[in-house]
Amino acid sequence: MIRIENIKKQFGDQKVLKGVTTVFEEGKTNLIIGKSGAGKTVMLKILVGLIHPTSGKVWYGDTDFTALNTKERKAIRSEMGMLFQGSALFDSMTVEENVRFPLDMFTAMTRAEKERKVNETLDRVELTGSNNKYPSEVSGGMQKRVGIARAIILDPKFLFCDEPNSGLDPTTSMRIDELIRNITMENKITTVINTHDMNSVMEIGDNINLLHLGELAWVGNRHEVIDSDNKLLQDFIFASPFLQRLRDAAIKK
Amino acid sequence: MKSNRRHWKSSTCFFLESSLFSKKSASFVAISRFKCFGIKRNAKGLSNKNTRTLNLFFHFGRYLIFIKNMFARPEKLSMYWKETTRQMIDIGIGSLVIIGLVSVFIGAVTAIQFAYQLGGSSIPKYYIGYIVRDIMIIELAPTFTCLALAGKVGSNIAAELGGMRQKEQIDALEVMGVDTTAYLVLPKIIAAVTVIPMLVVVSAFMGMAGGYVACTVGNLVSDAEFMQGLRVFFDPYNIWMMQIKAVVFAFLLTSISCYQGFFVTGGSIELGRASTSAVVISNILILLADYILALLLT
Repeated sequence: MIRIENIKKQFGDQKVLKGVTTVFEEGKTNLIIGKSGAGKTVMLKILVGLIHPTSGKVWYGDTDFTALNTKERKAIRSEMGMLFQGSALFDSMTVEENVRFPLDMFTAMTRAEKERKVNETLDRVELTGSNNKYPSEVSGGMQKRVGIARAIILDPKFLFCDEPNSGLDPTTSMRIDELIRNITMENKITTVINTHDMNSVMEIGDNINLLHLGELAWVGNRHEVIDSDNKLLQDFIFASPFLQRLRDAAIKK
Repeated sequence: MKSNRRHWKSSTCFFLESSLFSKKSASFVAISRFKCFGIKRNAKGLSNKNTRTLNLFFHFGRYLIFIKNMFARPEKLSMYWKETTRQMIDIGIGSLVIIGLVSVFIGAVTAIQFAYQLGGSSIPKYYIGYIVRDIMIIELAPTFTCLALAGKVGSNIAAELGGMRQKEQIDALEVMGVDTTAYLVLPKIIAAVTVIPMLVVVSAFMGMAGGYVACTVGNLVSDAEFMQGLRVFFDPYNIWMMQIKAVVFAFLLTSISCYQGFFVTGGSIELGRASTSAVVISNILILLADYILALLLT
């Protein structure tokens, strides 16, 4: 479980986060949603320690992550996996080398053990046989799956995904969502996803946090979205007339 | 009278600029006075000159911290070694042709120019070989090699690290728990300070070979005389000087290029700027270091 307490972040005069307090639960897909510029990416980067908050605390279990120095953070970081928006794969390495990188860097496994683990993980993300391709030779969706494979290869307790569906077609996007959800449930890990994809919200949103102008505007799950009377949430989720008609039809039913 | 007033103004400006760094009250007075003198200031009330000075201190301080952070305990030595060998091949083998080519022409031109200067004088002709040898070893091989490498390797390093920063690959390494400064920078610097002195030796030999070819083909001096020149008055200390210069220049060009690339923000324009800055700053500092080392070592 990850708990954040009164997180504030200011860049110069611009207040990006204005005191956000929430909990990301274990074994659930926790979503951070909101319009562009709401502070989602900053919040995710604060969670993984890439940005220091102006004030406030981030708790991983009983450990105050914000109070740790870089060396002390390594212990918690060894339990983290992250999928970046652009996948952040190393261009000079093949798919296999990318996925194997954390094993090479942090484990004392033999070559055969590493090979077995890499192949298992690639199977799991449905990339069997893509070992020797370079990131530039695979599609955007495949790159995301390679990114997921690299993020989960060390069996992390915490998985962070920054806009995993961006730039993907709806079918691929759904496959990625399904994959993340399965990994979360099977491994009972705490997954935090930063998204503005409405399908993801309605399909995998176990714990949804709506950010609006740096403040937490709504917290709930996907079953509570339609019935919620929160105007910001309704305006955000059902932004298009088509989605509004669908919601109205669902309510009538 | 006018010149006195100008002098008073400039000295007061200097005093007030200095006081900006001392006390808040003094800086307030200073800023007010700047207004009187019509000096251009930025939003924080600092003159452009002061902003530049602060920037210089900021970058120097950050560079020192960056270098300090590089010496962290490696997560896994074998991974660092793998990266170091990759860099050695990139810098060493990848630069061999260009360094060889540049050195041959430098040696040849030096020989031709010196032969021209000697024309009609009583200085023995074998001195051409002697001068080409010593000037290549002491000065041209280390300095020209590193200036050329600042353009080739330096810009490449800055672009590579800058690209990694922009594609969030450095962030990805950090989230994994990898010490990014150590993993991405230390292997490059170790590779450079190992391989560049070797390239400098190659450059010195190629320069002498270039001089030899130019002299013999152009009938400036006989084959035997040039070889005699290469052998006389040899001081092994010059080889040490060449190697010390090569190591210092290699460290400067690599660390500065890494620094420029590592802290890139923004898009492709900033990446291009960082790459250019890496080359320009490396070249300036190599020449400055060359001057200081010449004073210290000779």
